[in-house]
Amino acid sequence: MPETIIQVDNLIKQFPVGKGFFTALDNICLRIESGEFAGLIGPSGSGKTTLLNILGSLDSPSSGEALVLNKSIGKLGAKEAADLRKEAIGFIFQTYNLLPVHTVYENVEFPLLLLKRTKKERNLQVEEALEWVGLQSKRNSRPNELSGGESQRVAIARAMVKRPKLVLADEPTANLDAKNSFHVLDTMKELNERLGVTFLFATHDDKVIQYLRRIIELNDGQIARDYTPEKNIQS
Amino acid sequence: MKLAIYIAFKNLLGAGLRTWINVLVLSFSFVAIIWIKGIMLGWDHQAKSQLIEWEIGHGQYWHTNYDPNDSFTWDDSHASPSDTLINAIREGRYAAIFVAQGVIYPEGRMVPVCLKGINTTQQVLKLPTSFLIREENIQSSAIPVMMGAYMANACQLKEGDQFLVRWRDMDGVFDAREMELVKVFATPVPTVDAGQIWLDCSRLQNMMGLNNEITLLSIPSYESNELLFSNEFQFKSIEFLLSDIEKMVQMKSKGQSVFYLVLLVLAMLAIFDTQVLSVFKRRREIGTYIALGYTRSEVVRLFTIEGGVYALLASALALVYGYPFLLWQYRNGFKMPVDVAEFGIAGSNHIYPLFSLALILGTFLLIAFTTLLVSYLPARKIAALNPAETLKGRLS
Ligand SMILES: Nc1ncnc2c1ncn2[C@@H]1O[C@H](COP(=O)(O)OP(=O)(O)O)[C@@H](O)[C@H]1O
Ligand SMILES: [Mg+2]
Repeated sequence: MPETIIQVDNLIKQFPVGKGFFTALDNICLRIESGEFAGLIGPSGSGKTTLLNILGSLDSPSSGEALVLNKSIGKLGAKEAADLRKEAIGFIFQTYNLLPVHTVYENVEFPLLLLKRTKKERNLQVEEALEWVGLQSKRNSRPNELSGGESQRVAIARAMVKRPKLVLADEPTANLDAKNSFHVLDTMKELNERLGVTFLFATHDDKVIQYLRRIIELNDGQIARDYTPEKNIQS
Repeated sequence: MKLAIYIAFKNLLGAGLRTWINVLVLSFSFVAIIWIKGIMLGWDHQAKSQLIEWEIGHGQYWHTNYDPNDSFTWDDSHASPSDTLINAIREGRYAAIFVAQGVIYPEGRMVPVCLKGINTTQQVLKLPTSFLIREENIQSSAIPVMMGAYMANACQLKEGDQFLVRWRDMDGVFDAREMELVKVFATPVPTVDAGQIWLDCSRLQNMMGLNNEITLLSIPSYESNELLFSNEFQFKSIEFLLSDIEKMVQMKSKGQSVFYLVLLVLAMLAIFDTQVLSVFKRRREIGTYIALGYTRSEVVRLFTIEGGVYALLASALALVYGYPFLLWQYRNGFKMPVDVAEFGIAGSNHIYPLFSLALILGTFLLIAFTTLLVSYLPARKIAALNPAETLKGRLS
């Protein structure tokens, strides 16, 4: 029986703007089970990043409930939120966000350092993660020596190395050309299938959308549609 | 904490050349502050010990009326010490000085001077008083005197020159005699040089018609200040006698604070470049740390530790070249580019700097503290942002 990874009920997020408020997320209800490969889609400004940030405990709801792995995001202290991210959530960003002065190996190793894994464990897991993304040969390169596609694959390895329950990917292909986009997406799809890791995307890129097994359409901070596409890349 | 230190090291070493340039600048300030402060300490120490050697001894007894800065008091500031003391003075165990006003006429010019009679046998002060002893076989009516090199130069006199002196004796009667400059001595202490003419105390007493009377007395060691004097004399401690120069040194150190400030600012610029500007440059990196599982305060701690590691690397580098440099300075001294005598401050132009452990540790703490502060403050400022904000990454 699949485990519930995300349970969102009547979530509202408002940002103070001038004297009033801007409602970025308006009464969102959403449930995501383990192993899903789902995506928030919608035009720019529809609230995708805002929702992803809340689910990643980088931000908190104004009202309503957002449970991630049975933890209520709004009620977590700074330390508990950090622990949740550290242990269970992997992030992939549009801008890769690799640590610039660290090598590829060290970037991928970083989450394991935070988890206080032994050197031996770290070595094993980092090598494995580099193999997933096919970048063993680049282990000693610096981020500025990598192409965009390679950088994003390093970011995927870094997000996956600790085998998180949930990976949140915000516009992961926005800075990549078609060939690299597909390469990155294939990698993520394969990891999802092999390891059962849950993926939640935020994107308006058709290349990503055709990979999704579930599409949650956002419009003006509300869920407009939530459906399983007929024609999916795997069918 | 261990992990944070490890990451801080990684971040700094990973930044490569930029880190090393900053470490170099920081270490330079570190060494320069110690060096300048050491020279000032050395100067201060040297000036004081020279004053002690040449003028003060281990304290003085002054006639109660005596004010060295007011020559009108001098006529009334002399008295006769006890017989035992007179003997001790004769044996040279104390430096006894009689102070009087006079006017000399070198090359027809008129120069008001302070006549100082001193017992030629004295062993307390560095003044070469034995030159004032007139050898038996010399037949000359001129009074043998000596003066410092500055004074001799100002009066355009050299050893062997003779000149006229005029003074008023105790009855107020003017008298005049020839003097002969038998010794020009070099001294780092301007107060025994400028405007001073040194002669045998008993001769000056004779000239004034006051046998055995003296104005002041320098003692050779602390023990001898128990010495019983008539109540016409008052003891002046070394601390009191050094208070003028102390004030001067304090004024000088105020001037130096500007120096420190410049050096510190220089040092801080190095850190500023990496830490404060990184508020903007490393914003996204901060967001990344948070996304990877750091709390805000852990990020602030990481950046602060980076600052600390800077201070540590700079200290290590400072040790590498600063230690031999400062040791060399300590041994060989430093030649001042300006003539310190022009400031009227005692001390030679060749200064041996003094470096105390307190100075070195204090400088280290100062640098470490400022470095930590300029690392902590900006990091705290960014970390206060919403982590989602820091990840927006428009600034790269
Ligand atoms: N910190 C903020 N303050 C004010 N408004 C914000 C803030 N963050 C996002 N918004 C607004 O919320 C809306 C949704 O933003 P976002 O979630 O980034 O959209 P998307 O990722 O779908 O493009 C936008 O109109 C945006 O301007
Ligand atoms: Mg977005």
